[in-house]
Amino acid sequence: MKKTYVIYNIAVVLVALLIALLIGAALFAVAGGNPITAYKVMLTEPLRGAFGVTETLVRAAPLMLVGVGVAVSFRSGILNIGGEGQILMGAVSGAFIGLSLPGLPKFLLVPLIFLAAFAGGALWGGIAGWLRAYLGVNEILSTVMLNYIAIQLYTYLLRAPLIDPQELAYGTGIPQTAQLTRNAWLERLIPGMRLHTGLIYAIIIAVLVYLLLWKTTLGYRMRVCGAEPLAARYAGMNVSRYLLLAMLLAGGLAGLAGAVELCGVHRRALEALSAGYGFSGIVVALFGGLHPLGIIPASALFGLLIVGADMMQRAVTIPAHIILAIQGLIILAVVSSALFITHRGIREKILGRFGWKEEVH
Amino acid sequence: MAEQIKLLEMKGITKRFPGVLACDSVDLELHAGEVLALLGENGAGKSSLMNILYGLYKQDSGQILINGSEVTFDSPLQAFTLGIGMVHQHFMLVPNLTVTENVALGLCHDRTFALNLGEVRRKIVDVSRKHGLAIHPDAFVWQLSVGEQQRVELVKALALGANLLIMDEPTAALTPQEADELLDLLRDMTKRECSVIFISHKLNEVRKVSDRVIVLRGGGKVYDGPTRELSDSELAGRMAGKELGQAAARAPQPLGEPVLDIVDLHARGDRGVKALNGVSFSVRKGEIFGLAGVSGNGQRELAEVVNGLRRVDSGNILLDGRDVANCSPLHIIGQGMGYIPENRIHEGTIPPFSIRENLILKDYDTDKMSVHCFLSMDKTRCFASDLISSFRIKTPDMETNCASLSGGNIQKVILAREITRNPKVLVAVYPIRGLDLGATENVHEQLLRISEAGTAVLLISEELDELLALCDRIGVIYEGRVMKVLEARKTDKQELGLLMAGVESPSEIESPSCPDERSIELEEVST
Amino acid sequence: MEWADLVSGVLAAAIPMAVPLLLVGLGEMFDQRAGMFNLGAEGIMMMGAFVAFFIDLKLQTPWLGLLAALLVGAAFGLLMGLVCVTFRSPQGIAGIGIYMLGWGLSGTLFRVYVGGPTPIQGIASLNLSSLRGVPYVGSVLAVLNPMDYAAFFLIPLSGWLLFKTAWGLKARAVGTTPRAADTLGIGVSRVRYQCVVLGGAMAGLAGAYLSVCQAKMFADNITAGRGFIAVALVYFGRWSPWGVAVGAAIFSLAVAAQRLIQFYGAKFPYELALVIPYVLVIVVLACSRNRDKSEPTALGKPYYREYRG
Repeated sequence: MKKTYVIYNIAVVLVALLIALLIGAALFAVAGGNPITAYKVMLTEPLRGAFGVTETLVRAAPLMLVGVGVAVSFRSGILNIGGEGQILMGAVSGAFIGLSLPGLPKFLLVPLIFLAAFAGGALWGGIAGWLRAYLGVNEILSTVMLNYIAIQLYTYLLRAPLIDPQELAYGTGIPQTAQLTRNAWLERLIPGMRLHTGLIYAIIIAVLVYLLLWKTTLGYRMRVCGAEPLAARYAGMNVSRYLLLAMLLAGGLAGLAGAVELCGVHRRALEALSAGYGFSGIVVALFGGLHPLGIIPASALFGLLIVGADMMQRAVTIPAHIILAIQGLIILAVVSSALFITHRGIREKILGRFGWKEEVH
Repeated sequence: MAEQIKLLEMKGITKRFPGVLACDSVDLELHAGEVLALLGENGAGKSSLMNILYGLYKQDSGQILINGSEVTFDSPLQAFTLGIGMVHQHFMLVPNLTVTENVALGLCHDRTFALNLGEVRRKIVDVSRKHGLAIHPDAFVWQLSVGEQQRVELVKALALGANLLIMDEPTAALTPQEADELLDLLRDMTKRECSVIFISHKLNEVRKVSDRVIVLRGGGKVYDGPTRELSDSELAGRMAGKELGQAAARAPQPLGEPVLDIVDLHARGDRGVKALNGVSFSVRKGEIFGLAGVSGNGQRELAEVVNGLRRVDSGNILLDGRDVANCSPLHIIGQGMGYIPENRIHEGTIPPFSIRENLILKDYDTDKMSVHCFLSMDKTRCFASDLISSFRIKTPDMETNCASLSGGNIQKVILAREITRNPKVLVAVYPIRGLDLGATENVHEQLLRISEAGTAVLLISEELDELLALCDRIGVIYEGRVMKVLEARKTDKQELGLLMAGVESPSEIESPSCPDERSIELEEVST
Repeated sequence: MEWADLVSGVLAAAIPMAVPLLLVGLGEMFDQRAGMFNLGAEGIMMMGAFVAFFIDLKLQTPWLGLLAALLVGAAFGLLMGLVCVTFRSPQGIAGIGIYMLGWGLSGTLFRVYVGGPTPIQGIASLNLSSLRGVPYVGSVLAVLNPMDYAAFFLIPLSGWLLFKTAWGLKARAVGTTPRAADTLGIGVSRVRYQCVVLGGAMAGLAGAYLSVCQAKMFADNITAGRGFIAVALVYFGRWSPWGVAVGAAIFSLAVAAQRLIQFYGAKFPYELALVIPYVLVIVVLACSRNRDKSEPTALGKPYYREYRG
């Protein structure tokens, strides 16, 4: 009986995805492209060669980290929309450490950069967490505002204090930092491809977060606070503290995504460092059922969509920007589908149509 | 104004909710000027049947006839254009609107712009004069007392043209005296060509007000006839499905040491208004101490304060001699406090979590459940399966969500969790509210058992029968003060009712622990 | 510098900033009064801005653009209603979905059909020379956009609609105690749909104001968070039109004053100056948390009539 539920739930989410993609097809048509070729390119082109596959996985790593962070925050009862800002703050903190201590050996420098990135992201998430936990400020609004603030702050830091001295020397003034030393780079896994060890770290971290949330007493507390704050208080838990902790963790994980992009892909902090991963991470988390083990495959799927969208832009001249709208549709479809999963009456009706009866207890 | 309802018939009404058969082909008939009582346990289908008649729910099968012709309802709107009004158990008033606006809401459903509040106000004044219901048309609903809100509900129904009134447990939140007034009022109204359907599970009220009674059990009709033809015990038997013995008062227990001592406690409610105004009493080892009162007189705040969930302004809470006022909930739990909260579903349990995860809510951090910081699956499983079998929690398995359990089984989960911890003090707030008879008996059994094992139980309830049957002593709380502490054996409903209404009756019964005695105890403790 | 110049300078900068906030804020106020928390306003504004801009660009009829923006906004409101009223989704996340949809779609269409920064004629400011004589503010009032006056007029109109009409009464009831409204025969879903559609239309109009009246062009992400800021202002304004107006006024005056001061000397990295409105929003939110009776207590909560587990 449990098995039927699992299959039913997965089916509902997949149907939701399908509906979102169908509406998305209408958007393609409005944007003047052929939806069928567009989807065909988007979903199959990246899988045709090593380049597409590795690029998909390159995108999956930051998505996974942000998504897992979003899952931690949602499960703890706080909606973190601030991934974008947290990624940037993480990346810039990591870049600062990487540029300040270029001589350190690799086994010290990389962990230090990651630590700084985690701290930077955690600070940014923690502000929103603190505001919510102790001043009752709606976290969605505060994280959105912190995104705007982070973007400006990041641009300022890249334009003035941290700018690449070469940019100043040549007078080009592109807002980016100098390249990090080799000691700070993450190894590439396949020669000639950008796929790097960040993906492995991301998977390890996702598994660790799973263990934290579902196997430890701390995770139990966080989930209780998120699911039913009244009951958490009743059981003697300090709900505010765990809200703050969840946001620190969520922000930190997004910060790590920044570090992965910094050390693994760009090897410097630059303006377009986060390709919308903060928002895509929310979609990944929701689609992955707010569970780290669902988020790992979900991040690969959305990595595919993002790479596919880039390829589609070249093939059928629809801007890759449209993927943002598609993701918005997927969010709407997935949250709408929840009613079909949680509402017993509707579930019974649908399953009944397939000749399956729910037991009453 | 709607045509007068001379005859209402409901035929073969069936309503099914997922997993529950709420109404099982019920027939009902009502003539003008009649008061029909609808009697039944919680969950017998009374409210569902009435919500169908009121158009809030739609029946799966069956028909409704008014004056002989069939009517169908898609919404409450159609019900009240036909002259059917309902006063719900939980008042259906919008707190941040005035009384006039609340009534206007029912008159403006088909309008977009035009809103004549003056006319509505006049109508309210008319109706309240005609039926002797004093209300303030310009007051905001949140400013009114429970009794006043009830009157607003009545006026609203009448002003909307109802000549058939459905009253769903109208006396639940009233003092016995207020309830009597209401019953008289309802009788009066039938003389003005109104008919009333009166839903209750209180036999004395049903007898007082109704001509005819329909008893429902498990969604089906088990009796339909004149009220006076059956005795109280026969009616109760029909309701419960078995003959009930008269609940006997608990045998006197040897008094132990006071374990919970509450001294001159002051605290504020959610709105910053004083909710506790110098509460003092003590609960002894092995005793069940009842706290009677109309809900909203500080009971919830008291329970929260004792459990560290609300700040104390002044006063002491001595748990086994140590002051725990304003300590953290965790500390108080550690000191041996158990708590069965009023909000069973959202405070007592975490609905989306499994039974196993709910049972460990207070012990997850101990060696019994975890190894270092890791929850042990084996240990928690073992613990959960023990409790599920020893407390007879009905569930397919321990990984089932708490949300899918019945109220009685949810309460069993909470009881199991709290009682296994062997608390020194157990605070139980309205523990049987909304439970059926079997589940109620189970809760009472457990409370008696734990008190015999030496736990001091503080039972907060509004059911006087329950208190009189279970408790050793009963305190009455009114407007944040304990009016009097009485011995359960030496008091009765009449006296408790008066005290609950704030009337200090001249009574010979002396409480065994007077304030002076308590302060002496306190001094002993503090030295 | 003369005081009069300073006042009129600040006002001239503040009014175009306040008007879109006011428009979207009033719409959001109706949303929230009915219990709908629409975070998608930002995305709807972007769609409105693009549609109005595009119609003006192609047909040179800015007023038709405004109308189209209104309709597109209403359509997005309808979508929000479908997801949150019919499917009872959590409104916070659904709002983010609407935001991403609006942002993605407007950006895509702009890239496909326009490409780069293109100026449009837009709606020109009025020139009411008779107002010039008014001390301090005369020079500002005389050259306002017609839409500015329309927005000012919408404040009392919203107040009337919310507090003096049957529909407003229903909306307020539905957002506080939907079940009570339901028992009186008021269609909770219907009123909520009406409110999100109205809120969406207002957000679309606010977006159109940005492109057609203010910037006279379109750029990706033109709204820069105004939709979110408006949501915060509704909290600050305690769900009353006058409160929202005061919030929008204080907010834009503060930002305008800061810009002016910076313009006249103070050296400060401009990126950091741009941060000020967002910081201000957080401060405003932190200060406006005292609860009172006007709060729509069912805000963000889906309504189920027959719900049992």
